[in-house]
Amino acid sequence: MSDRAYEPEEMMVVAAARLLEPDDVVFIGIGLPSKAANLARRTHAPDLAMIYESGTLDTRPTVLPLSIGDPELSRTARAVVAVPEMFNYWLQGGWIRTGFLGAAQIDRFGNLNSTVIGDYRRPKVRLPGAGGAPEIAGFCHRTLVLLRQNPRTFVEKLDFVTTVGTVCGGRSRQELGLPGQGPQAVITDLGILAPDTGSGELVLTHLHPGVSAEVAIEATSWPLRVAAELARTEEPTARELDILRSLVPSEESNIAELIATVARGGR
Amino acid sequence: MTEFLTLAEAVTRYVRPGCSVAAEGFTHLIPHAAGAEIIRQGIRHLTLIRMTPDIIYDQMIGMGCADKLVFSWGGNPGVGSLFRLRDAYENSVPHAIEFEEHSHAAMANAYAAGAAGMPCAVFKGYRGTQYPEVNPNIRFIACPFSGEELTVIPAHRPDVAIIHAQRADRHGNVWLTGILGVQKEAVLAAAHSIVTVEEIIDGVDQSGGGTVIPHWAIDAVCAAPLGAFPSYTEGYYDRSNAFYQKWGEISREYDRFCEWMQHYVVSSVDFTHFLARLKDDGYV
Repeated sequence: MSDRAYEPEEMMVVAAARLLEPDDVVFIGIGLPSKAANLARRTHAPDLAMIYESGTLDTRPTVLPLSIGDPELSRTARAVVAVPEMFNYWLQGGWIRTGFLGAAQIDRFGNLNSTVIGDYRRPKVRLPGAGGAPEIAGFCHRTLVLLRQNPRTFVEKLDFVTTVGTVCGGRSRQELGLPGQGPQAVITDLGILAPDTGSGELVLTHLHPGVSAEVAIEATSWPLRVAAELARTEEPTARELDILRSLVPSEESNIAELIATVARGGR
Repeated sequence: MTEFLTLAEAVTRYVRPGCSVAAEGFTHLIPHAAGAEIIRQGIRHLTLIRMTPDIIYDQMIGMGCADKLVFSWGGNPGVGSLFRLRDAYENSVPHAIEFEEHSHAAMANAYAAGAAGMPCAVFKGYRGTQYPEVNPNIRFIACPFSGEELTVIPAHRPDVAIIHAQRADRHGNVWLTGILGVQKEAVLAAAHSIVTVEEIIDGVDQSGGGTVIPHWAIDAVCAAPLGAFPSYTEGYYDRSNAFYQKWGEISREYDRFCEWMQHYVVSSVDFTHFLARLKDDGYV
């Protein structure tokens, strides 16, 4: 317990970090998943094997990377492999335990959209797209999903299916030929959802401190199921908050002095 | 046979209007100097192939160089949107652009298949997603041995691949290290290839790690010091995360973008001149 004030997003990242196993092998997307994994490695999971899609295997960055291919990631990696090897051998080959994803929309079965808002051909918002997500969600043994909970993101029907959750279009992962278990937890700023073992539908299992089940239900466009025994997430500790707040990308670069040298005609 | 050309000569010779270009580099070693040169020469109607369009293609799309984009993740890494890419697709600014959209796994496999002389790539991607509904190049076949349904996509065979590397030697062998991306695959898949390098030295080999692309696979080597900026070259300079963050402001409005590109890119003599102007004006 800590008496310190914290933001809902900080609670979300801390809760996600705690779900990584001490010896997990995790494929990390940029943004909040990267913050959570870096926090976990600095707290309960020092042996966490962190993998970024740029091909950096078992990397141990000392500062938070801004991109999935920051120099810090290759410099601190145990191995750097080319991208075809990354996706074919390591991911599709089944060597990565946990995939860590974000998205713009999620439905009740943990299917995700990170492609478009609106119609694909004439979208309201053209989002960045798939990246590694369809195959991360397909082939990691499990996935953890991090996103803020509100009616715009927790939708009845996705505008586009970028990645598959537990059940998609009435078909199970097994029927679709996807070996991993799919989303095992969805961590939001309000609480945590986990799939029902039978139906695969996401059920609210945890609430963060100070949040009521009504708020989580209001923030969800489908009729959200609530677990019979709803747990309360532990508040972030002072140590977790200190480490989390120290995780910022570096803006330092030696480029300015090199430009001066090259412009003078030297190297 | 590798030729040593200036970047301007190499672009004029190999990047023809209407051709397909794969300027690769996965966050690291993005050949920005070559992108700027294509813009400076006003080459249009290109099909641009790249896993992550990044600032290099955002600039080329905004300047009207591209008719089509083949890609798998079109954002500004760690920052947000690529506004010129979005504006082209959402509002046809400066003109309409066709998208062929893939996942990273698909793009990596399409390059590897191209490098191997295969007509298509076979993998297990896209299962259950909506991508096959919007991209007719994603199809499925049955494995002739097990019957398992597999995904197939056409191989990438670009007219020209452009990459940036740490070093070339005087024979045209190219050495790169750090994050390797799909650059070797792109070069071997392409009909022609241009490699820009930080420096040209007497000899390169793999004794210091990394990988070598031998000279007979490369058409042109061009010296382009700092040619990956605002991306980076491992062992030479760091990624300019600050510039990636500033790119959002520069590119958000089309008019401001055009003015900026005209002043910094189009009217500079070469990439070194462009960088010196950026430094003088406090962008780095």
